[in-house]
Amino acid sequence: MKKILLSAAVAAMALGAASASAFAADKYKACWVYVGSIGDFGYTYQHDQGRLAVDKALGDKVETAYVENVPESDSATAIERMARDGCKLIFTTSFGFMDATIEVAKKYPDVKFEHATGFKTAENVATYNAKFHEGRYVLGQIAAKMSKTGTAGYIVSFPIPEVVSGINAFMRGAQTVNPDFKVKIIWVNSWFDPTKEADAAKVLFSQGADILVQHTDSAAGMQVAEEQKKLAFGQASDMIKFGPHAQLTAIVDNWGPYYIERINQAMDGTWKTQSSWEGLKEGVVNMAPFTNMPDDVAKMAAETVEGIKAGTVNPFMGKITKQDGTVVGEDGKMLPDGDILGMNWYVKGVDDKLPQ
Amino acid sequence: MDAVLPILLTIIAAATPLVLAGIGELMVERSGVLNLGVEGMMIMGAVAGFGAAFMTGSPYLGILAAIAAGAAMALLFGFLTLTLATNQTATGLAITLLGLGLSGLIGKPFTGQPITRLPNWHGIDILVIFSFILTGAVAWFLFRSRAGLIVRAVGDNHTSAHTLGYPVIRVRYLAVLFGGGCAGLAGGYLSLSYTPQWIEGMTAGKGWIALALVVFASWRPWRLLAGAYLFGAISILAFTVQTFALGIPSQFLSALPYLVTVVALVIISRNRLMLRANTPACLGRPFVPDR
Repeated sequence: MKKILLSAAVAAMALGAASASAFAADKYKACWVYVGSIGDFGYTYQHDQGRLAVDKALGDKVETAYVENVPESDSATAIERMARDGCKLIFTTSFGFMDATIEVAKKYPDVKFEHATGFKTAENVATYNAKFHEGRYVLGQIAAKMSKTGTAGYIVSFPIPEVVSGINAFMRGAQTVNPDFKVKIIWVNSWFDPTKEADAAKVLFSQGADILVQHTDSAAGMQVAEEQKKLAFGQASDMIKFGPHAQLTAIVDNWGPYYIERINQAMDGTWKTQSSWEGLKEGVVNMAPFTNMPDDVAKMAAETVEGIKAGTVNPFMGKITKQDGTVVGEDGKMLPDGDILGMNWYVKGVDDKLPQ
Repeated sequence: MDAVLPILLTIIAAATPLVLAGIGELMVERSGVLNLGVEGMMIMGAVAGFGAAFMTGSPYLGILAAIAAGAAMALLFGFLTLTLATNQTATGLAITLLGLGLSGLIGKPFTGQPITRLPNWHGIDILVIFSFILTGAVAWFLFRSRAGLIVRAVGDNHTSAHTLGYPVIRVRYLAVLFGGGCAGLAGGYLSLSYTPQWIEGMTAGKGWIALALVVFASWRPWRLLAGAYLFGAISILAFTVQTFALGIPSQFLSALPYLVTVVALVIISRNRLMLRANTPACLGRPFVPDR
């Protein structure tokens, strides 16, 4: 019974994947493969905003298409279909699409691929990622200033490096304000499950947290914070509508400029494989307006953002003490990119055991 | 104590949609129809409920719209499986797929729009109270009323019920419509109360859990309610345990509600004779009258 239900659910996911395209014969075709639905108002929504920005900027030369709700376990089929459908440049936007992207790219050497948040490249496969942890450092500072209980609640999806480095950056930021700041962590084992996210938020607030941070995609947690008169940070999109009195700021993903730049390069023949990793400075990561906080906290946050843009402040600069007491890094130097992109350890002060 | 009440309230919120959808499906299955379209009916209820509340400003109209949308999907399911006697398993799956896709299409303009939540006391609203009334009413109806006896007779042996002159197809239509309305209401609870917003795919498999609960509760309403609350309680307690940072793998904690609920309900229902007596014998078998 359970197996039937499970396979039925998988079938539902696979068939639920819908595709849309605007027909035009001689335009350059750029395509997107999304893990979630464009209506999630979170991660996939923001990628699709990037696609729409391409439509707006290059609509007379470029045709775009996308497929949504592609399960990570069976993404090769969807990616290959895009390649066969005449897509010249394909963006695959989830970490779990990595191996499938590489595999399909081998079969279609004339098609260019860009994989988000992964680390494997090839002649025709580039990777791109955003330094979300820069934004999370700012959140940490704000949280430590604004929290009355000295404890934040943190809802997370899966223990991949991007999420772990986010938790660490948040704590590093918080510790600059309050060295004893605490964080309670709940892994919901899903990127997107609104009711679970709401449950986790309620539990965290009941356990003494008064500020909510999330690394999952829906605005459910924000709504709980608003209802319980607590504070929260938005994720991926500006969620101020869901928490007019709760949202302090939000980390907003802004992929449009990157997509436009890369498609332009692909069209004029200057596209090369690369590993792009941009953040606040380049505008791939934006902060939503600082709201529901006193002016001095907003000022501090703005200064930190400027510092990160200028390169004088960074979440992973200098000596860093790990949870187990060992020290990495050197004074005045940044942790190497590889260490952040592969981060699988907590900094000191995180009271959680990292799931392996 | 301050921490206990909010957790209890969170458990109630987690269990309510499962109770609403599960009780509806229980009635459907008691009449001998297997409806795998619960998830699709639920999500249509969620989008219709949200849409109506968003456009009219009244969450109560949202509730009515949610019930109507679930029942409309059920009517389609009934037409296919009862009037045309198609395969119930395949049709149910098709209804789920249709619901997931169609709700996404209908819901596009509602994405990212908040609404005012259903009036409530710390999360207890009329739908929570109604879920208890519904359970009691269905338990009474099935086992204490003549009409309920007819429903069970149709589910156990549709040929005999037909021979005795009972309108098998009509009884099943009514049960399917009731079940669809309940599933729609469960969806409406999600988008009007639990997380008052519309998000594509927001049911996230809750319809399937409700379906499984019906089977493991051996088609008994109060057991289903107990199962839903047990499932909700373990889910929430698993989250609570995580905040203590004991180092228990979160993947294990995530799986725990499923394990505990299945084991507990199987133990309650372990009497084989009783189990056979409770299982609707004609479950999933299409009825085609001779003439």
